[in-house]
Amino acid sequence: MKFDLRLPIGLLFSFYGLLLVIFGACSDPKNYDRSLHINVNLWWGIVLLVFGLGMLVLALRGRARKP
Amino acid sequence: MHIELGVLDYLILLTYFVFVIGIGWVLKRQMKGSTDFFLSGRSIPAWVTGLAFISANLGAQEVIGMAASGAQYGIMTSHFYWVGAIPAMVFLAVFMMPFYYGSKARSVPEYLKMRFDEKTRGLNAISFAVMTVFSSGISMYALARLLEILLNWNFHFSIVVSAVVVLVYIFLGGLTSAIYNEVLQFFMIVFGFAPLVFLALKDIGGWSALKEKLIPVAAGQGYAAGTWTQSWVHMNNVKDNPMGVEWMGMVMGLGFVLSFGYWCTDFLVVQRAMAANSMSAARRTPLIAAIPKMLFPALVILPGMIAIAMDYSSGMQFLPMKDGAPDYNMTIPVLLAKYLPTGLLGIGFTALMASFMSGMAGNVTAFNTVWTYDIYQSYIAPNKSDNHYLWMGRWATVFGILISIGCAYLAANFNNIMDMLQLVFGFVNAPLFATFLLGMFWKRATGHGAFFGLLGGMIGAAVFHGLAIPGSATPGIKGGWIAPHFHFNNSMGQNFYMAIVAWTTCFLLTIAISLATKSNKTEEELKGLVYSLTPKIKSGDEPWFKQPAILGIVILAATVALNIIFW
Repeated sequence: MKFDLRLPIGLLFSFYGLLLVIFGACSDPKNYDRSLHINVNLWWGIVLLVFGLGMLVLALRGRARKP
Repeated sequence: MHIELGVLDYLILLTYFVFVIGIGWVLKRQMKGSTDFFLSGRSIPAWVTGLAFISANLGAQEVIGMAASGAQYGIMTSHFYWVGAIPAMVFLAVFMMPFYYGSKARSVPEYLKMRFDEKTRGLNAISFAVMTVFSSGISMYALARLLEILLNWNFHFSIVVSAVVVLVYIFLGGLTSAIYNEVLQFFMIVFGFAPLVFLALKDIGGWSALKEKLIPVAAGQGYAAGTWTQSWVHMNNVKDNPMGVEWMGMVMGLGFVLSFGYWCTDFLVVQRAMAANSMSAARRTPLIAAIPKMLFPALVILPGMIAIAMDYSSGMQFLPMKDGAPDYNMTIPVLLAKYLPTGLLGIGFTALMASFMSGMAGNVTAFNTVWTYDIYQSYIAPNKSDNHYLWMGRWATVFGILISIGCAYLAANFNNIMDMLQLVFGFVNAPLFATFLLGMFWKRATGHGAFFGLLGGMIGAAVFHGLAIPGSATPGIKGGWIAPHFHFNNSMGQNFYMAIVAWTTCFLLTIAISLATKSNKTEEELKGLVYSLTPKIKSGDEPWFKQPAILGIVILAATVALNIIFW
């Protein structure tokens, strides 16, 4: 394999997740009138963050296995 | 129709572009020879090629178009997945991949050359190359139009930006770059659209409320109550459903001819599997792809169904109107704008843009390979160094994209030319699967048989098109230009039957001509290319979930179950 694709996927989605979580936590609840009063940025941000970190963990474990 | 993107959304979009180009940049150092550039050095693990396989197909026409069909035809659109995709993907994996991958052919046309002869390869390579640059141009045009409508971006600016991004990352990293970015785009689509579907479905009151609200949609257009939520019940007669297709045309036309023709012979998707790191991984590629493909209707068709239900219950206020009918193509953008707040909107919008670009990239990588190996190396400059072909591949990417830009402008100015071209592509593609089926499973099929069978199938398609006409259309581009003889409810039904005619013509002609001509290849030469002359693959020591046949059966069983649940 060229380089582990899980690395950029992990980085990108961790970054997106973090961005959405921070923005979701700080933003005005009025923003979420359109999303049925659910703070989707916060909640979906957490999902993205977990996914992204999971990918990073897998990538790092994969790297550790190969010398 | 307008979408307001915030600073955060632009930041998300920009980050995506940085990553996409960054991946190409990192891969650049690993592009040492033409095999690295065109085939990723046959080194990619199955989960990556599998997701890229499905993502290459999940272009924007797919996302926007399937949502539009979901609104226009309801759940019957799922036939494009559960009938028109999964069975063919399983067939490709279990039966055809051993020959594609095992023959070490570098492209689908090259397989035809090894199995049949030069002229069959030439016919396929040239028509395929032309088709890919035009498809890529159409993607580019559609993206630029959408950005113009939604964000008031300048049309020329959008064309240049999308062309430059795609050009840079393929020029640098070749097929690997395209594949990696397709996987990235796969996750963007899933993560961008899942919350959208969740919110829309919650808003309308869940699945049972949606079913309820789709009854007036069906009734309003003169169909039985469950037409939008039952996929098979209303298929006995063409007049019973908005698609204007009955089950025979659906199963044979879409499910057999068109679906197998696309999934099993189109180099755009097959190339992804050819890049896999082993025979086993190559065979698992379409199977891994089949799993998300099976579930995509929830992501792309369901939003269309929700949107049309809302449109009717709001007195046609939900979707914008175009020429007196709802503009179904605006389904996804309307939902994005309605439900996603700034932040998540950036993710959803980036996913949409990414899908346009990966559609272009998929076509461009297929084009540069076929151009370099099957046209340039075969007819223009044979026996050059490998470095020379790598150089050619890079520059083929550049002029492929330049021609695509030309096509995008052509599409912008002369709509008819594009319709005409797509029609011709239809003729060219329809018979292809017959040639491959006979080539792989009948050792007696000859080069002359394949070539003239293929040509005959294309002509058959054109003649049928000239004799058939949909609805109340006037003879011309829609059909009937010879004499309108067969009447169809609409062009979809007509297309399905055109495919059946083309396939049958090609199948019978190839057999007849093959029997009348001498074999042009010895049995030794056909080893690894034809079923009966190839040693069977033993897959004894792999766990069951890695064995293509078992995996294929599980996937088919799940597909049958889905058809029954939504019968």
